[in-house]
Order: sequence, then structure tokens, then C-alpha cells
Amino acid sequence: MPILVGKETRAIVQGITGNQGSFHARLMLEYGTKIVAGVTPGKGGTKLQDVPVYDTVATAKDETNADSSVIFVPSPYAKEAAMEAMDAALNPVVIITEGIPARDEMVIMRYAREHSTVIVGPNTPGVITPGQSKLGIMPGNVFRPGSVGLASRSGTLTYEIAASLTHAGIGQSTCLGIGGDPIVGLSFVDVLKMFREDSGTESLVLIGEIGGTAEEDAAKYIADTRYPKPVVAYVAGKAAPPGKRMGHAGAIITGSEGTADNKIRSLVAAGVRVAEIPSGIPELLVRKVQAVR
Amino acid sequence: MKLFEFEAKNLASNLGIATPRGAVASSAEEARDIHKRLGGAVVVKAQVLVAGRGKAGGIKFALKPEETFDRAKEMLGSFIKGENVRKVLIEQKLPVKKELYISIAEDRMNKCQTVLASRQGGIDIEEVARTHPEEIARRHMDPVYGIRGYEARDLALNLGYGGQQLNMISDLLTNLYRLSVIYDCELVESNPLVETQDGRFLAADLRMIIDDNSLFRHPEFQERSKEPGAELTPLEAKARENNLAFVELDGDIGIIGNGAGLVMATIDLVKYYGGQPANFCDVGGGAAADRVASALGIIQSSDKVRTVLVNILAGITRCDEVAKGILDVKKVVGLKKPLVVRMVGTNEEEGRRLLETAGIKPLIHMEDAARLAAKGA
Repeated sequence: MPILVGKETRAIVQGITGNQGSFHARLMLEYGTKIVAGVTPGKGGTKLQDVPVYDTVATAKDETNADSSVIFVPSPYAKEAAMEAMDAALNPVVIITEGIPARDEMVIMRYAREHSTVIVGPNTPGVITPGQSKLGIMPGNVFRPGSVGLASRSGTLTYEIAASLTHAGIGQSTCLGIGGDPIVGLSFVDVLKMFREDSGTESLVLIGEIGGTAEEDAAKYIADTRYPKPVVAYVAGKAAPPGKRMGHAGAIITGSEGTADNKIRSLVAAGVRVAEIPSGIPELLVRKVQAVR
Repeated sequence: MKLFEFEAKNLASNLGIATPRGAVASSAEEARDIHKRLGGAVVVKAQVLVAGRGKAGGIKFALKPEETFDRAKEMLGSFIKGENVRKVLIEQKLPVKKELYISIAEDRMNKCQTVLASRQGGIDIEEVARTHPEEIARRHMDPVYGIRGYEARDLALNLGYGGQQLNMISDLLTNLYRLSVIYDCELVESNPLVETQDGRFLAADLRMIIDDNSLFRHPEFQERSKEPGAELTPLEAKARENNLAFVELDGDIGIIGNGAGLVMATIDLVKYYGGQPANFCDVGGGAAADRVASALGIIQSSDKVRTVLVNILAGITRCDEVAKGILDVKKVVGLKKPLVVRMVGTNEEEGRRLLETAGIKPLIHMEDAARLAAKGA
């Protein structure tokens, strides 16, 4: 049993006729994802790759019995796109869009609490359950089915580490990006809770970066609950200067908060092995799993 | 994007937030004239974006216009924490009774704006949080309903005010919150917020940071956000014009990669192997040849760069496009520095073939590439 997405997932793509939306809708379909509908206001009644396009999320859901959404809508319109998906009771809602104002994200997350919707992202590569389904933009070929759950704040670094796991013969249960923005939906702690209940996940990889306290919060949760599954981690940004935004809106050290050193210290204190370099993850994982057994 | 104090105060005054009387000057003569107009004692404040200028000599008092002239002369053109002072703000000196702290800041954990208010103002709030956490009142703002009158009054009570002053503080808080909403602020901070001896409240200092992601709906800031100067180095400004995420660092190894996390990890690796990165440069997902070319062009134009490391893990990005970008630079202006390329993923073979024809041999593992670049290639 994977988390968030699986073989049965029936997704719509919001913004399916845009550049990114149409390109990735095709790749998701090729991967085996059930993309049952697309939504672009004004393009209702057309088709894209045999996928019917609707003007509104509500009609798309009624006609196709969709259960989740992937959003590629440009940032000025992303807030309403997310609300429209939640009003139609789609869950999870994966927001790929980058560059959404933080204030809009706060409204999205408040709406999500009211609707009990799981939001992945924004500014995320999405979610993939290897061999079953992907709601996102990650290259499917670097992932293999297996029992390692992976959660990350970054896109390409996730592919890098997933590829090294796959290369080492270690497959993954579900991999997801929680998003590179300061305000995101699912947190590391939420993901840890989901993987805890998932019988298909035996161990976990967390990929953190500078900014905020998501890694420290995860460390606290792991320590407080004596987390039952082995967790290893990598944290990017050890050489990042304070006060500078490193690409992601959320990757910034503010005052004394958000340094890589603090995150690594917190994780290590919680019993998480932290790799010094990305390629160190597979070996750490093997050792950690063996130590537990 | 950070605003200068005088810019923040102009926006605040327009919303009815009281600030000390004053004006901004670019020369010592102007500063002296402003003092003459204001009369009394003044404070001369260096306009820089870094925090903590007071301890670095960026805030001085002056009793006479000639003194103001001297202080302004010293400050203008000097450097405060590495930042060039180009303007000074001359303001009337306030009859201070008490210094308070108020901020409205993006709260990642609670996914909202959070107001912090403290009776201990004028000093580093992180220090107060460490030593006297009970001295800081917090209130999470609902992103839909905003600040409600009773919430503002509750904070005013926490600051120790009643009667007429309770309403004055709660109006002030409401206006500061409006300021934060109207301009999509990551941070609005008044430290200190001053209570004068006659019982009024003024934002003696004011910092505002605008959420860069909201700039599309703030045409008033769009030109300002691309200016080189206090916040951006000339190289960073040039990169921003080309829509590259770019941060200049101290070292001599230029770094280009796709994806913020991967580039950060690349920088860490170069340091791990003993090298010093010269920059962070993310060409982003799906980067086409021209983006790679402009990144490489900007980085090799810097005199301090001795080696350039390109690290591409192609998912949506295509290796052949990356190779074309590198070859464009080679053809048009030439490769001016030793180049290390690590490139794997989509269309790897075609990209590899293109580079190898031009005598560049891309590597497979980012560790190998970082190690080679750290040695100076």
C-alpha cells in the first residue's frame, strides 16, 4: 500500500493546455497514470492526447469520477485553481506551480484545513509511487518499486538521490517533494505519520535544505514518538550564506533560524543518520536497516 | 525585496502610521538644510538594508545643523557591514518614554502572518526571545479575516496599555497589518516603536520586506527590484535580468546547475573537497540552450572565477540543449575558463556526443566533477 497515489488514482490536470501542463500530462500518461480529465477555462469540449478537457473542475469531476488533481496553472491564478479543486472534493491536490505569493499560499492552506484536503507543494516536483502512478514532473525512469519512502524539499536533488538508490538496487514505495516555498501543505512530520502507517514502507529518506524548521520539527517528532522505522537524511545548503535566498523561496537562513548545521544537529540527536554527501545515502540506509534488524 | 527605512516610512505615513518628522538626503549639504528646517535635535540614520546598523555606527545624534553636516559626511560613501551608504535619513529626535517592538512576519509553521509585540524594544528580538520569552506576545492572524479589533486590543493589553492608549496601539497595529497586506510583506517590523513622553506612539524605525513572488501584482516595485546596489551585486543584477536564480559567493569556482537543491548540494560538495564556490546559479527545470549560455556567459565574465562547474541532472531539461548552450558560448565568445561538466539524464547520449566533438568530456558522477573542479580542473 503506497501513500497518496497508487494504481487506482484518477487525476485531473488543471492547466492541461498550457506548455508545462500538456507536456507533463503526456509524460504522466506514458508512465501509466490515470489522467482522466483536464481543465482549462475556455477550452472545454476539446481533447488533449485523448484526454477530455473541461471548463471547470466540477464538471470534470462529475463526468469522469476523478479523485485528485495536479495543478500547473500560472502563479497569479493558482490560489483559485486550488480552491476550485478543493470545492470539488478532490484529494490530494498537488500544486506544481512555482512563484505563488506566500499570502495566497496561506489562504490555500487555510481552505485546505477546512476541507480536510491534503495539499502537496506548492513548488513541488509532485508525488510518485514507482511502477504505479505519478502526479508530477519527475523523470519516471530513475525510480523503481521498493520499500523506501522518500520526502524532499527539492526536485532535482530528489532525482539524484532516487537514482543512486535505484542504482544500488534499493527501490522506493512512494517519493514526494513537499515543496520549496516557505508556506507548503504537507510537512515532513505529516509525511512521517503517513509512512509510519504504510505497510509497504520499511525505511525512510528525508532530503532537507536550509530555511525554516521543517527538519527540526521532523527530528522532534522522530525523537518524541520513538519513530519505529529507520530514517536517514541529507541536508543541502551547508555552504549557503545567511540572508540570501538560494533559488527556492523557502531556502533562506533568517537570523539564527534555518541553518544546515542546526538541522543536521537536530536530526542526529534524534537518531537519524545524516549523509555528508548525496551519494552517501544508499550505504547509510543499508547500514541503518541492518542495524535495526 | 527589502525596502530602505525611508521608503517603508513613506508607505506607512500614507496609511496614517505616525513616523518622526524628517527627510532623506544624498549629500551633507542637504542633510544640514533638512536639520535647519526641522529645528531641535535630530538623528542621522544611514540608509542600508542590513540589520543592526546602530552598533556599526549607522545611527548618530546631532544637536546643530553643522554637526548633522559632519555626521552625514562621515556616513555617506562609507560602508556599513559591507554595504555602501548612499543616503541618510534626518529625523527629529523623539522624547522617548519607552521603546517597544512590533512585527508582522511570515510564519512558516503556522502558515499565516504572526504578530509579535514586546515591551522590550530597541534591542535584538531574538535575544529577547532567548532570555525573556514571556516578554513577547504572539498572535496568529487569520489569512482571510485579517486582524480583528479585539485581537489588536489584546496585544495592546499585553504591552501594558489601557485607556486611550489601548485604542491608539490597536489602531496602530491595525494599520501596520494593512500595510503588510497591501504590499504583500514577508516582514513589517518596527523596532523600536516609541512611546513619547506625551503618550503618543511613533514608528521610530521601520523595516519592510516584500515577497518577491508577489512582485507581479506590484508594478510600483518592479523597476526597483532589478536595480543593482544594496541588495544585488552587479553580477546578480545581470543574472536577474536574465531570469536566473543567482547568488554571488566569495570563492573562485563558478557553479551552474538545474534545481535549487542540486545546486546547493553541488556548492556543498565543492567545499567538501576543499574548493571555494564563486556563486549559486540555478538555470531551472527545462532550461534551454540560451539559458545555459547566458548563465555561463555571466559567470565567466567575472574576473574572480577560475574554473566553472556545470552540474546537470536532466529530467525535463535535455542534455543536448545544455550541450548546445555550452557550445554557443564556445563559438561566440570562447570558453575563457577551464570547464568541468557533469551531465546525465534525458538525451544524455546526444549531449555527450556534441560536447565530446568539441573536446569536452562530461562526467557521470557529481562527486567526481566537484572533486575535479575543487582541484582547479
